[in-house]
Amino acid sequence: MRAIFTVFRKEFFENLRDRRILLSALVFGPVLGPVVLAALLQISVSKGEATFEKPMTLQVVGAENAPNLMTMLESRDIKIERREMTEQQIREAIAQREIKVALQIPSNFAERWSRSEPAAVQIFVDSSDQFGGDASAARVSRAINSYSQQVSQTRLMLRGVDPVSMAAVVVHEVDVSTPASRAIFALGILSYLTIFAMLFGGMYLAIDATAGERERGSLESLLTAPMPRAHIIYGKIAATASYMLISMALTLTACAVALQYVRLEELGMSLSMDALTTIKLFAVSAPLAIFGAGLLTVVASFTRSFREAQSYLTFAISIPTFPLIFVGLLQVDPTPLAMATPSLSQHFLMMEILRGETPVITDLLLSASVTALIGTSLCWIAGRLYEREAILG
Amino acid sequence: MITVTNLTKKFGTVQAVQGVSFAAPDGQITGLLGPNGAGKSTTLRMLATLLRPDSGDALIDGESVSTHPIEVRRRMGVLSHASGLYPQLTARENIRYFAELHGMERRAADNRIVELANLLELSEFLDRKTKGFSQGQRLKTALARALVHRPRNLILDEPTNGLDVMAVRNLRALLHRLREEGHCILFSSHVMQEVALLCDEVVVIAQGRVAAAGTVASLRAEAGEATLEDAFVKLIGTAEGLN
Repeated sequence: MRAIFTVFRKEFFENLRDRRILLSALVFGPVLGPVVLAALLQISVSKGEATFEKPMTLQVVGAENAPNLMTMLESRDIKIERREMTEQQIREAIAQREIKVALQIPSNFAERWSRSEPAAVQIFVDSSDQFGGDASAARVSRAINSYSQQVSQTRLMLRGVDPVSMAAVVVHEVDVSTPASRAIFALGILSYLTIFAMLFGGMYLAIDATAGERERGSLESLLTAPMPRAHIIYGKIAATASYMLISMALTLTACAVALQYVRLEELGMSLSMDALTTIKLFAVSAPLAIFGAGLLTVVASFTRSFREAQSYLTFAISIPTFPLIFVGLLQVDPTPLAMATPSLSQHFLMMEILRGETPVITDLLLSASVTALIGTSLCWIAGRLYEREAILG
Repeated sequence: MITVTNLTKKFGTVQAVQGVSFAAPDGQITGLLGPNGAGKSTTLRMLATLLRPDSGDALIDGESVSTHPIEVRRRMGVLSHASGLYPQLTARENIRYFAELHGMERRAADNRIVELANLLELSEFLDRKTKGFSQGQRLKTALARALVHRPRNLILDEPTNGLDVMAVRNLRALLHRLREEGHCILFSSHVMQEVALLCDEVVVIAQGRVAAAGTVASLRAEAGEATLEDAFVKLIGTAEGLN
C-alpha cells in the first residue's frame, strides 16, 4: 500500500510541473466548458427573445391595400416598414440578407376582402437562414391566421351562423414542462462537457505514466523497485483518476459560476446550479473517474510511443462521451440497462439532478456500483498487462 | 554474490540465451563481454527480474530470481541500458523517489542522498530538473538512484555508452571503490579495453552461451594471444566452430 502511495504521490506532483498536462487537466475543461455552455444557452435565450418577446420589424409591400391588417399587426408588436418593391427585388433583398421577412399585399386585396372571397397575402422568407427568419415568418403567419379566424367568425355571425359549429374538434395543448425542465434540453450539453473534461483531464497523465515512461527509458528502472508491478500501475491509475476528479470539479464549478451570468430567467428557465447541486453532480459522476483512468491506462499499455498513445486515447475518450450528444435527440429512456452503463448512467443522473428531481436510490447504487466494478476490473487488467514481459517493449 | 545456473531465454523462435552459467563473487568486478546481440542484456535483464527465465535459475545472495523476485530487487541495484530519468523532477527528487520505493524513511533517504552526492560528485546539479542534463550528469544521477538503498549487488548494462573519457575514468574509479567496500559488481560491455582495465573476471558470451571465463590474463593464455581483443576473437571463433 505504501508503495502504491509513493508512486501516486510522485506522479501527482511531477505532472503538476508539466505544462501540457496542467493545461489539459486544469485549464482546458474548466475554461472551455463554461464558455461553450454559456454561449449555447445565450444563443437560445436570444433566439427566444427574437421570436416571442422583442418587437420585430416587418417589411411590407402594398401596406396601403390593407390598413386594418397593418393596425392589427402593430398591435402585436410587429412594427411595419412600408416599402415599394417588386417581387423580384424582395427575393434579391432576402437572398442578400438585407431583410429577413417580407409581407406582400396584392392590390386586389381590398376588393376580394369586400366580396368575402379569400384574400391572399405572401410572406417571403428564406427558411434555410440561421438568423431566425423562419421563426419571425411563423410569428407573422400566426398573427394573420388568428386575425383571419376572428374576421371569418364575425362574418358567419352576421349571416346568422353560430361560429362554434365551425370547430368540430378543438385541440388544447397542455404544456406540463416546468421552467427547469425546459432548460434541461440546452443543458444536456453539461453532462457531455463534464464527462469529456474529466477524461481529457487525465489523458496526458495516463499517457505519460505508461507510454511516456517507456519512451523515456525510465520504465525498466522503475520495474526493478521491490514491489509487485501491479502496485506500480495502481499508483499511476490513482494519480490519473485524481487528475480526472480535479478537472471535473473545476469544470462543474466553473459552469455553475458561468450560469449566474446567463439570463436564463428570460427564457422562463429557473435553473439553479447552486453549491449543493454542484456537489451532487460531482458525487454521481465521481465513480466514472476509476472507470476512465482504468480504461485509458489499459489502452495506453498497448501503445509504444507518446504519439501513438495520444491518437488511441483520443479515440478511447470519444467512446464514452460521443454518444451523450445524441442521447437527448434519440430520446433514450433511463432503463435499468442504461443505468448500468458507465457514462450513460452518469448522464441520466446529472440530468435528473439538474431538473431538480431526486434520483431513485436503486439507480444511484446501480450506476455507482457497476461503473466502479467495471473500473476496478480495468485496473486489474492494467495490472496484469504490466506483469507481461512485452510491456518492456 | 550472484550465481547463475543454466539460464535460458527464448523470444519467439530466437534462442537469446541458451544455458548460461557463471558466478560473480562479492568484492569483485565481473564483466560480461560479448558482441552485440550475444545475449548479455537478456541475461542481465533476467538477473534484474525484468524477464523471467524459461529454465535455469539465478541466485542473488541466495534468493532466486524466479521464485523471490522482490527479495532479489531489494538486494540489487540496477543501472539498465536505458536508464531514463523523470525530466520534471530534480536529480534529488529522482533519487529520493527510488529511496521511497525501496521503503526508506525520509531522513535516511536524505542522508543517503547527501552521501551519494559527495561520492558521485553531483552536488552542483542535485537540485536542477534533469531535463537537459548531459550524458555524464544523467549517468551519475541514475547511478545514485541505483545505489540509494545500499544494495550489496550492482548490475550495470553497458554503463559507459555515450560517456566521454573523463566520465569513464570517474566511473571506473567509483566501481573500484565499491569493489573495495565488498560489493558484487556485474557489468556488460562490448568494449575490450574497458573490460581489460576494470574487470577481475571476464565471462565471454557469444550466441547466448558462455564461450570462455576467467581473468584477463588466463583468457589471453587460453587463447594464446597477446591482447584480450585477439583472445576474444579467437575464443568466439572457436566457440562458433564448435556449433
